[in-house]
Amino acid sequence: MSEAALPELAAVPWRRRETDHTLRVRARLWTLTMVAHVVPFCVVAIGLFLIEPLSAPVGLIALAQAWIIPGLYAVRGANTVKPRGPRHDAAEPVAQGLLGDLLGHDARELQRRTGLALERGELGTWLIGERGALLVAPDGRIVHCFCVSASDDELPPSDRIAHLLLALRTDEQGFATVANHAFAGAPWRVRRRLGRDARPALSAAVRVARASA
Amino acid sequence: MSRLIRMDHTGHSTLAEWTQGDQAAYEEAVTAFRRELDEGYIGVVSEGEGRATQVRELPADAELVIMRRPIAGG
Repeated sequence: MSEAALPELAAVPWRRRETDHTLRVRARLWTLTMVAHVVPFCVVAIGLFLIEPLSAPVGLIALAQAWIIPGLYAVRGANTVKPRGPRHDAAEPVAQGLLGDLLGHDARELQRRTGLALERGELGTWLIGERGALLVAPDGRIVHCFCVSASDDELPPSDRIAHLLLALRTDEQGFATVANHAFAGAPWRVRRRLGRDARPALSAAVRVARASA
Repeated sequence: MSRLIRMDHTGHSTLAEWTQGDQAAYEEAVTAFRRELDEGYIGVVSEGEGRATQVRELPADAELVIMRRPIAGG
């Protein structure tokens, strides 16, 4: 007997199932949130300068706020796929072997270089990390950041990725529903906050998303 | 040769192996599979790139059945 829906959905009965539409709405809400943070500071900076040019330092502080606050949200998003926790060096090669068997050749090479497993889905192109995932929307303009992980802290890093990969492959919408949505924004915002090793994975995911749009 | 494995702190552990027609080995694998379900693991059959199916009973013809822990939003 097989099931199409993730059993983990039972733990979050209040959540609506994520779809293309709900993710587009989330992306728009995040864009509005960014605008709501940036525009007032810019208006203050310009207004102060027009009223009194000597207030330029205060205006610069306001502009800095307009730059920094969206950046902090993007950091939160990028942190979802940053490697954390014990490395379990003894078990990791075994786990890496299993994960490699689950991935295709290109995705396997990318995962070994960047620590992120690329997976094409119906909702977009996914990058799976140890404790989170990024989803690049089909046009490549928005990346959604999700916080999600296996419930066993003793797992080696590649097993953690394999857990998320298998759950994603079982029920992509269910996976996006169970995961906590942390941020949505332009790929460049997230890319510059990723670790240097992980950045090529996001670039690759954006290319794949654009090519398959 | 079909295999039942569990992802755990060792990387993964092979819990059972069976072949088509070896009913005794399959029955042992079913027992191991049910024990893992009782302990909260979830059975998944990997069906190649991009596809996997959750199973509640051990399919005799699957090449690889993987037991995984539940996931949750962090």
